[in-house]
Amino acid sequence: MKSSKVIHALYTDDDVLMGAVKKLRAEKYAIEEVYTPFPVHGLDKAMGLAPTRIAITSFMYGCVGLIVAILMMNFIMIQDWPQDIGGKPSFSYLENMPAFVPIMFEMTVFFAAHLMVITFYLRSRMWPFKNAENPDPRTTDDHFLVAVSVGDNEKELKKLLTETGAVEMHVVEQEASH
Amino acid sequence: MYIFTNRLKLIAISLVFLGALGWGYSYVNSKKSLEEIKVMLAEEDSHHETAAVTTEHMPGEHAAVESHSDDHAEHVMHQTHNRPYAALYVAAFFFMMISLGALAFYAVQYAAQAGWSVVLHRVMEAITAYLLPGALIVLAIALYAGDHLFIWMDPEVVAHDALIQAKTSWLNKTSFLIRGLIFIGGWSAYRYLSRKYSIAQDSADDAKNFKRNFRLSAGFLVFYLYTESMMSWDWIMSVDPHWFSTLFGWYVFASMFVSGITVIALLTLYLKSKGHLELVNDSHLHDLAKFMFGISIFWTYLWFSQFMLIWYSNIPEEVTYFVTRLADYKLPFLGMVVLNFLFPLLLLMNSDYKRVPWFVVMTGIVILFGHYIDVFNMIMPATVGDRWSIGLPEISAVLLFLGLFMFIVQLALSKAPLLAKGNPFVKESENFHY
Repeated sequence: MKSSKVIHALYTDDDVLMGAVKKLRAEKYAIEEVYTPFPVHGLDKAMGLAPTRIAITSFMYGCVGLIVAILMMNFIMIQDWPQDIGGKPSFSYLENMPAFVPIMFEMTVFFAAHLMVITFYLRSRMWPFKNAENPDPRTTDDHFLVAVSVGDNEKELKKLLTETGAVEMHVVEQEASH
Repeated sequence: MYIFTNRLKLIAISLVFLGALGWGYSYVNSKKSLEEIKVMLAEEDSHHETAAVTTEHMPGEHAAVESHSDDHAEHVMHQTHNRPYAALYVAAFFFMMISLGALAFYAVQYAAQAGWSVVLHRVMEAITAYLLPGALIVLAIALYAGDHLFIWMDPEVVAHDALIQAKTSWLNKTSFLIRGLIFIGGWSAYRYLSRKYSIAQDSADDAKNFKRNFRLSAGFLVFYLYTESMMSWDWIMSVDPHWFSTLFGWYVFASMFVSGITVIALLTLYLKSKGHLELVNDSHLHDLAKFMFGISIFWTYLWFSQFMLIWYSNIPEEVTYFVTRLADYKLPFLGMVVLNFLFPLLLLMNSDYKRVPWFVVMTGIVILFGHYIDVFNMIMPATVGDRWSIGLPEISAVLLFLGLFMFIVQLALSKAPLLAKGNPFVKESENFHY
């Protein structure tokens, strides 16, 4: 396996971090990952990450939930054990539909919300018993860590990072990124 | 300073003129006598018969129908006479409602001390300028039309109706007028003072006027929530004096709120396209579109809550309201759910689309049309029954009030700078970024 060198630069302020990320991007350095104790507004744009597609999955899960609710209520209330709903024994799904709307709505929301969260966890490679990928526990408290891959000139990168306000730097050997 | 151009003046005035002409024509045309109605009905009947030649008639049927036909013709005559009044009332109420919805939204901005919307304040103030004339017109039409719209205003009807008799302490012309004037007086007083403080704040060096507006707006919202609900009973629900729904006021509120916000968005985009409102960015548009999206869903929630409970319990005196609508108004009644719910839901769901001006304009027009139909569905079944249509009286009434609305709003826009520059939050609004 090919290995590559990465510098972990630590910052203590989110504004300084934002400035550093912008500067590094402008200087064409490859930022591998940024670890922060809280979501930093606008960081995804500054890092040039592709926009999230989780909203699309959420819409699709919602549609699945809606279909499940329709099929479920049709089976329970119309086919399996036909019910006289509200004194209107029509035994037709369509004519009893208003009574099922709350369930259709709830199931849409339920599917969209839960499956979206599960998708988010899986996509972030977080599943039960998974060890944290966090390189430095201080990023869960008050430090911000930027992992930059080292190109040809390590010295220059270090100088640039110091200029941007990094308080600490470690050079780490890392397996080639996935 | 915004200038109300002569071209726009001309457009607005000609809309009023055109609308008045069209409405006047249909008004004169609607004054049909009983004989004319009978001829008209006979013609309609013969149409039906040629269409259904094969249907067999029972021998005795015709005689039985004959004795009913006089009653029926008189009924149809009343409905024909009512139509221009109802068309005028629907359009007048629709534009008044836009303005009142915008006023509530404006008050919310102050009461919540919202920072993002300050660059839109003058747009909202301009829209609410229509409220005083618009609401007075609605009240005037209601009282002038009398029993053409509100059967409880007809003493003859009340004399034979025990249910309305029990409600006469509330439903009588005098208290209707007094309540109407109190509602309009309260709303307009708030609008007048708040506009005054807003303009005074432009040149002030402290936040005194802003604080006054904050307190005033919070008070107004309390007054508004009560009076808006009562107004909806008086001006809309009482066209069906036997029927009642406890969440009707909220339902009307949702309709006016979303219409008001939509018009704020449309007018903002118009002014922006003319090179005004430099500080409005696509994040402001995004937020307005979020409100359009959210309140559209809120409207659907209330519409459906009202429908479902009544449909479920199936009590005759309540359910008749929806039976009429589903029997005679199927297309507008169900079509409005498509316009007011499905369209905004699907078109504005994507976050990026909320920033695309033509997308917001397109959805906004659909929403406004949908809420016109909403008011139409509230008024028409009780006044013209199954003889409804969207024809000359309806369209001309809309043009008439659209012209008036445009004129007053543009006039108000040209009276003050388009940026409320003295508002303490103006910087926050300028830098507003999603």
